[in-house]
Parts: sequence; structure tokens; C-alpha cells
Amino acid sequence: MSVWRFCSEVFFAGLGTIAFSLLFHVPTRYYPRCGFTGAAGWLVFLALKGALGTLTATFLATLAVVLISRFSSVQQRCPVTIFLISGIFPLVPGLGIYRTAYALVQGDLAGASLTGFETAKLAAAMVLAILLGFEVPANWFARLAAPFAAADR
Amino acid sequence: MEAEQNDLVFETVALAGEILVSSGAEIFRVTETMERIAAAYGCEGFEPFVLSNGIMMTARDGRRHCLAKVRHIPLTASRLDKVDAVNQLSREIARGLHTPAQAHARLEEIQQMPLRPRWQRVLASGVGAGSFCYIFGGTLADAAAAFVAGLALYLYLLVAVRGRLSKIAANITGGALVCAAAILLTELGLGSQLSMVTVGSLVPLMPGVAFTNAIRDIADEDYISGAVRMLDVFLVVVCMAFGVGLVMALWARLGGALA
Repeated sequence: MSVWRFCSEVFFAGLGTIAFSLLFHVPTRYYPRCGFTGAAGWLVFLALKGALGTLTATFLATLAVVLISRFSSVQQRCPVTIFLISGIFPLVPGLGIYRTAYALVQGDLAGASLTGFETAKLAAAMVLAILLGFEVPANWFARLAAPFAAADR
Repeated sequence: MEAEQNDLVFETVALAGEILVSSGAEIFRVTETMERIAAAYGCEGFEPFVLSNGIMMTARDGRRHCLAKVRHIPLTASRLDKVDAVNQLSREIARGLHTPAQAHARLEEIQQMPLRPRWQRVLASGVGAGSFCYIFGGTLADAAAAFVAGLALYLYLLVAVRGRLSKIAANITGGALVCAAAILLTELGLGSQLSMVTVGSLVPLMPGVAFTNAIRDIADEDYISGAVRMLDVFLVVVCMAFGVGLVMALWARLGGALA
């Protein structure tokens, strides 16, 4: 993948994340961090996809999104949902769902079960990463974010 | 006086919970916020039981009487601005900055917080669809086509659906509309990869909020709410795929190419 493609994908991941935060009515002041979270997740995914495969890359990228979201929520004193939901969007396996439907329409049952299973594996990887990310003790984030914490509003 | 004050505190706690549940907060957050407010106002023996579409709560009122409330809360769109505002208010209440009457008034204000203007939401749907089409592997032309299809999808949801159709029907027709728009645009020469255009413009329908909340609820051992939300995710995805598949099958029958 060319450097240009890599950078532009990361940029568009951030832009798309901000667009979806608007649809979920995230307050405007959180847009930059939402965009950053989504872009960072996609950057991790792209950087690791070649070496580790899509499944592991999805797992680690989701984990990155969860950890960044938890840090941001402590730092900016707001619900973690705000960053997590927007940031996770680029990693949702939409292409897998589409390919499964496509194979079904073509009457290709073997292909449909294969892509369907692959998609379910990706979703499971995301589930595991979210569960793991929330096992990290809250006070680690409190300590990490303390120097950057926003003042009480 | 005492009794009136207790009623107001209890109603304030219920309203906070209701706003949080209907705006798409995790069950854990709703319970925690309600308990925080109740504790700050000295509401005794407060016990909430929160589900993804309802709240049951009781508290002691003197020695003989008991306060109780049950609220049914239908599933609606995510309002993370309201979740943030209630979260902020509950912290302020815990610091003793509001009387119960003030807090109740503020919660009513939060409940009335306006939606984003329609044009912004339509544009965001288009930009989101275009961006995601590009990162899934589309070209810039594909992204432009997905942008148009994303606009069309949200306009359809705003103008044609608007609560008139069930969620199931809205997702099937939404998926079908997106696929039809993608076929039309690629046939007209805007974008070349039908699959990329369709996948990008489907993203506004994706149940990302329900998916994330379902996992978090299950992680917090709120299994009922988690399972209900997972079912919601599954239904939405299947309906969407069904709508797309319907149009694809029709197009293939008419002799069109699916590439």
C-alpha cells in the first residue's frame, strides 16, 4: 500500500468517525477527540493487517480504540460511550456482512457460510477486545490522565 | 413538606434514569447515576432495577410507606449529548451544587435539548458513507457515489420513514434503497465497484451503538439488556442484508452485472 493511500485512509477514518459522532449527537467539543480515536484505530489496523492478518489486527485496533476512549473519558470527564461508539465504527465488519448477503443471493451456500463465519469471527474479536479493554483497572487511567485532566466544568 | 421533598427527589432520580436509558446509555451508567443522585439527596433505601427499555425503582418514605415508580421507555435514537449532560449534572449534584428543584428543572431542559439540524445530519450521513467506502478499499469515485447514496439514505429515513415504518421495515427498505442507488450510480459511471459503494453507504444503518452497548452490558453482567440489544443488532443486520440481497437478486434477474 502506498504511503498516500495509507495516510488518506487514516484521514478518512477520522472524518467518517466525526460524521457519525454528529449523527449520534455527540457535543461539538468532543469532535476532535472522536476523530482522533477513529483514525488511531484504523491506523493500528492498517499497520498490523499485513503482518498479523485481519483478525488479530481487528482485535488490536479495537483494543486501541477502547484504551484511547477510556483515557479520553477520564481526562475530559465525560462518558466513555461518547468516544467508544464513534471510534469503533470503522472497524465494524460491514464488508463481511455484504459479502455474505452477496454469496447467499448467488446461491453460493458454501461461500456464504465461509464469509458469514469470517464476519462472526471479526465481531467476536471486537467483543473480546472490548471486554479486555474494560478489565484494565480504572485507577490506571486516572493516574495516566491526571497531568492532562480538564478542570471541573 | 418532608413528603413533598421526598417525592420531588424521587421524581428527579426517575427522570435522570429515564433520559439516560432513552438516550442510549449503558445500564451500569444509569444505575450508578441514579444511585449517585439519590445518595446526594439523602433518599433512603433506594433500589433501582434498570433494563434496556424500562426502570423500576423503590425507596423508603418514613417508616410505614414506600415510594415506587415504574417507567416504560421505548427504544429511540442515540442522544449522546443528553448522556453527557446528565452525567455532568449528576457530578454537580454530588458536589452539592443544586437543590432538588433546580436539578429537576435542569433535567427537563436536558430532555428538551434540540436535535441537530436536519441538513447537518443528512450531510453527515453522506460524508460518513463516502469516508467509510474509501477506507474499505473504494476509489475516490466510489466514495463520491457512496456520498450521494448516503445522502439519499438519510433523506429517505428522515422524510419517508419518520416513525411510520417499523424498525424492521425501515431497515429492509433502507438496505434495498442503498443497493438500488449504488447500482444506479455505478451504471451512470460514478464509481466502479458496486460492492464498495453499497458497503460504504450502508454504514449509517449499522447498529454500532447497540453492538457496543450490548457487549458492555454483558460485560457488566446485565445479561437481559445485553441479550435484548444483541437481538436488536442481529435483526438490523439481517434486515439490511435482506434488503440489499433483494435488490441484487432482482438486478441479476434483469440481466445486470454484479461486480
